Amino acid sequence: MAEAQVVERPVVREKEGSPWTGLWAVVAKEMADHLTSFRMYILEFLIAITAVGTVSAASSAIRSVAGAQPKFLFLKLFTVAQEPFPSFVDFLGFLVPLIAIAMAFDAVNSEFTQHTLARILSQPIYRDALLMGKFLAGLLTQFLIYGAIWLLVFGLGIFWLGVPPTAEEVGRALWLLVATVFYGGVWMAVALFFSVRFRQPATAALASIAVWLFFTVFWPMIASGLAAMIAPIRIGLPEEILAQARWLLALRRIAPGWLYTEILVALLRPEVRTLSIVLPFQLEGAILGQPLPLSQSVLLIWPHLTGLIAATLILFALTYISFQRQEVRA
Amino acid sequence: MARTVIEARNLSKHYNGIVAVDRLNLDIREGEVYGILGPNGSGKTTTILMLLGLTEPTSGSVRVLGWDPTRYPLRVKANVGYIPDQVGFYGDLTAWENLMYTAKLNGIPRQEARKRIAQALERVGLSDVAHRPVRTFSRGMRQRLGVADVLIKDPKIIIMDEPTQGLDPESARQFLDFILELKKEGRTVLLASHLLHQVQAVCDRVGLYYRGKKALEGTVEELARRVLGFAYRILVQVRKDARRLIEPLQRLQGVQRVEIKDDQTLIVHCERDMRPEVAQAVIQQGAQLLRLDMEMPSLDDVYTRYFQEVRHGRGAGG
Ligand SMILES: Nc1ncnc2c1ncn2[C@@H]1O[C@H](COP(=O)(O)OP(=O)(O)OP(=O)(O)O)[C@@H](O)[C@H]1O
Ligand SMILES: [Mg+2]
Repeated sequence: MAEAQVVERPVVREKEGSPWTGLWAVVAKEMADHLTSFRMYILEFLIAITAVGTVSAASSAIRSVAGAQPKFLFLKLFTVAQEPFPSFVDFLGFLVPLIAIAMAFDAVNSEFTQHTLARILSQPIYRDALLMGKFLAGLLTQFLIYGAIWLLVFGLGIFWLGVPPTAEEVGRALWLLVATVFYGGVWMAVALFFSVRFRQPATAALASIAVWLFFTVFWPMIASGLAAMIAPIRIGLPEEILAQARWLLALRRIAPGWLYTEILVALLRPEVRTLSIVLPFQLEGAILGQPLPLSQSVLLIWPHLTGLIAATLILFALTYISFQRQEVRA
Repeated sequence: MARTVIEARNLSKHYNGIVAVDRLNLDIREGEVYGILGPNGSGKTTTILMLLGLTEPTSGSVRVLGWDPTRYPLRVKANVGYIPDQVGFYGDLTAWENLMYTAKLNGIPRQEARKRIAQALERVGLSDVAHRPVRTFSRGMRQRLGVADVLIKDPKIIIMDEPTQGLDPESARQFLDFILELKKEGRTVLLASHLLHQVQAVCDRVGLYYRGKKALEGTVEELARRVLGFAYRILVQVRKDARRLIEPLQRLQGVQRVEIKDDQTLIVHCERDMRPEVAQAVIQQGAQLLRLDMEMPSLDDVYTRYFQEVRHGRGAGG
């Protein structure tokens, strides 16, 4: 080996500089992991039986008052509840965060516990591709799962109601699907962040669930308290009541779950014309009970969708910075 | 002269005030097996991570195959295979699937990847268990899978951190054979270890690290000469009265020291292979020669002696 010899230039397999080199390899591997993991089987089973249960209850409720409400039957499959059970969308409100957290809480720290991180990062990819790949794979998996569930709901609906859905209903359901995935995206970003910060997957899972509990259970109470402090009702003037209600709404919208609920309302109840506080004079000229066209409902939820996406991006950016700084060794 | 494939100049790494690597200079030539030796915490792993661009140096520069790993990490990583200490695989995936993932990350087309995976698994003797989840693999099998994993990208340079740690003697020997094979294929191998006799068996050159500095560097013989003052030890056994041979042997040109073990045995420390001269001198003295053996200097001796001297404040080394 010592003698002089002409050494051919080593192969350059990729363009230097693209942070996304290897992204699709990561996405494919992570999606395969999600779709074959026992953890996801359990959650998929859970959401599927929830769908069947609530939709069958809803359709029997709808049939019992048949004839009275011919419009938007399929959307009612999502929202009608038969006491004592909640409706399908009520279940979605907490199943979606659960699924999202379950997918991401060990995304990065498991690479440390399995000692795979150093080996993977010594392949010609950037850390960006690994993190982004894991996130995208989670989003795509959610699209697949919820897409399948939506098909199930519509299939059961056709079977039990005996009528096909209208284009408007399909359109609203598709928007709902998009919003649901974005809502899951926020919780996935939370769990991904903790999976980078905490080396123990159990700690990351607990931290994610703590954040979720905070926003679902405690935040509504805190928001009322804060609203009462910021805009107190001293003598009971209508302006005072209105100011406090406005503050309360604004504060509650900080919780992703509240935004998602408003999105559900706007998309699944076309007769809802506004998501803010309505004063009687604002309704003048508006025909009450007249459903909004889909495009108007989408306009209504547009700020909410943007808010969910913005929250996801901010969390992802924090995760990214923290991951870039981390040492690769376990 | 073979060209230099890894070059480090004044490379330093500080972790909040702790100096892990201190102004290191390193030149590794194409096709050689180079051993980084040193006690725990001497900066071996940190050096390796900087060579791969997985950790940013605090100061100094690195060139791997002529490229700076911080500026061209993809090129460097496409041509350098790395087996970390405690190499890990995805336990739920099979050996084959793990290697396929590596191939995809390297952008190797599927058809070509299949071929390389089959070859690599064959080479390390894991073809039979290719479709078993890695979770069921033993430590030694994982380590061999680590070799298969780096072979997928057909690298010019292979860097291994503590490759034989936790392997039984037989597996360790097998692993060292892999290293020699890789060298025969013209690949450059850099390995970090504190298992001295293993490093000695495969390395062309070694660098002795101590507290983030390269204290000594050279072939094992050179190090022995520098630290122990001799490179060869000749064991002489005669029928009786070995003591009277001490003086005549000491007079020989090149002999440094003669040590007496017992009435029959002497150890002659010398600068070069002096077996003929020693034999001749013994016969000339009329002694009956029973045995004449030469012992190569061992890295263990160098290592032990060097650190003894460091502890006693001598041997800044060089
Ligand atoms: N992330 C870190 N933060 C702070 N100090 C670190 C970090 N990583 C390594 N060090 C320190 O750097 C020094 C060198 O560590 P390194 O792991 O390179 O040693 P090593 O020679 O590989 O040791 P070993 O034989 O135990 O593997 C040690 O003193 C270690 O404590
Ligand atoms: Mg180490």
